Amino acid sequence: MAVIKSITETTREKKVKVLPMSGVSCQEQEQFQAVYKTSTRSKVVAVLVLVAAVILLIISKLTYGAVLDPDRADVLYHSYQGGGMKIDGPAVLIRKKANDNVAVSAYYYVDTISSASVDVLSTASPYSEERKEFQLGAEYLHDKTVIAVNVGQSDESDYLAKSVALNIAHDTFGDLTTVSLGVVYGDNEIKRNGDDNFLETSQQYRIRAGINQILTPSLTAGINIEAVADEGYLNNPYRTVRFIDNSNAAGVGFQGEVYPDTRNSFAVKLSSSYYLPYRAALFANYRYFTDSWDIESQDFELAYRQPFWGDKFELEMKARVYQQTAANFYSDLFPFRDAQNFLARDKELSDFDDLTLGLGLTYKIPSAWSPFNWQSEASFQWDHLRFNYNNFRNPNDPGGVGAEPLYRFSANVVRAFVSVYF
Amino acid sequence: MIELVKRRSARPLALTLALASVIALSGCAQLGVKPWVKPYERQRLADPIMSANRHDIANRHVAHVYEARESGRGAEGAGGGGCGCN
Repeated sequence: MAVIKSITETTREKKVKVLPMSGVSCQEQEQFQAVYKTSTRSKVVAVLVLVAAVILLIISKLTYGAVLDPDRADVLYHSYQGGGMKIDGPAVLIRKKANDNVAVSAYYYVDTISSASVDVLSTASPYSEERKEFQLGAEYLHDKTVIAVNVGQSDESDYLAKSVALNIAHDTFGDLTTVSLGVVYGDNEIKRNGDDNFLETSQQYRIRAGINQILTPSLTAGINIEAVADEGYLNNPYRTVRFIDNSNAAGVGFQGEVYPDTRNSFAVKLSSSYYLPYRAALFANYRYFTDSWDIESQDFELAYRQPFWGDKFELEMKARVYQQTAANFYSDLFPFRDAQNFLARDKELSDFDDLTLGLGLTYKIPSAWSPFNWQSEASFQWDHLRFNYNNFRNPNDPGGVGAEPLYRFSANVVRAFVSVYF
Repeated sequence: MIELVKRRSARPLALTLALASVIALSGCAQLGVKPWVKPYERQRLADPIMSANRHDIANRHVAHVYEARESGRGAEGAGGGGCGCN
């Protein structure tokens, strides 16, 4: 408990007040940040040790058996279009059991990005780039416990992210309850295209836990919690903030964003699934999120899945609403240059809400049409998203500096994929 | 000197973690409760349509879309993490 108390205190203490620059010297800021960086690292390590201890205790309580998921291969094409951005590419996921107790998986994902988001467009040129992500995983089943290790790398011209994750899930209480615990460590290298001297790093630590409970023969419920701690360079190196500047004709000036070098967040998610009497499934999820940048968010999702036409097809429908408050150092338009210690104009840190409406259709391909009579499916999913920003404006719109209409946009997301069970 | 602002209580986090740890370590059985849904009563729950992760590869993409456009993150379950997209 002492360890838990110390990490939560760290979370509280990271809530740095945004003050005018005049009252704080650079030296004081650096000392402050150095002290808290060291403090965060030691406390995160302490929490990881606690998690490892809990995991060992759970493993020591092992009893009898469970099974690994079946062998499966998925090939997917994804596309996102909206807000001036087009992102698409392929993805492949393969998982294969080596024996009854060991399974391995590989995941490959490509984002081809063209053009840029509106909050970068004001000062940067549209661009095109590619992000490739690769993950390798292994699962080990021992009686009722599944231990999963995952390593991953995401690579683009100006960003290299590496991560390693450990997750443990254990069935208990007559298999009515599944308890899971996990930790993730991520290490990021940030560069700036066109500036060979620019190199920054950041680290991310995640700790998560969950309980899933069978409540009735038709109803399950779960709770997941996760704490995330970031430290290092958390800015986007290209993005700028704008401020009122009467010294030039446009009346507006730009300067680079400045973020705190730590961020701690906590999220809790409640989820439930219900089997309807006529063979359909209903899912409901609620998540609450809060972080040390004063952002609070909530999202609620309802999804429905219905087989039809002799079970050859499955229809999926979903609706999701999301709402968040702004970071305490965010502003669409600052009153003057260096108005605060920390400055952000990333619209993802603004006050906004969004709505997702989704439709999906899965067709079970007759086994006679599949090689080796494997069972296979073809699926198509379409999501329509609408974003409404409450304190972010598009500087390219008319109306004058700071008086442009509030920004809003919609996006369409498409996923087409084939799944083969072999 | 730099001040620290309002210290929001992190007690809910500590309590949740503590509760999760107690349940994980003790098990409901030791609290005097017995499993009330028998294995032969779980046919509906075993139906693939009841799997929230029925389309794992699609769920990964959905999570990535939200993570890149929203500040909320975490508590999605076992997957996710370390995307590192800016």
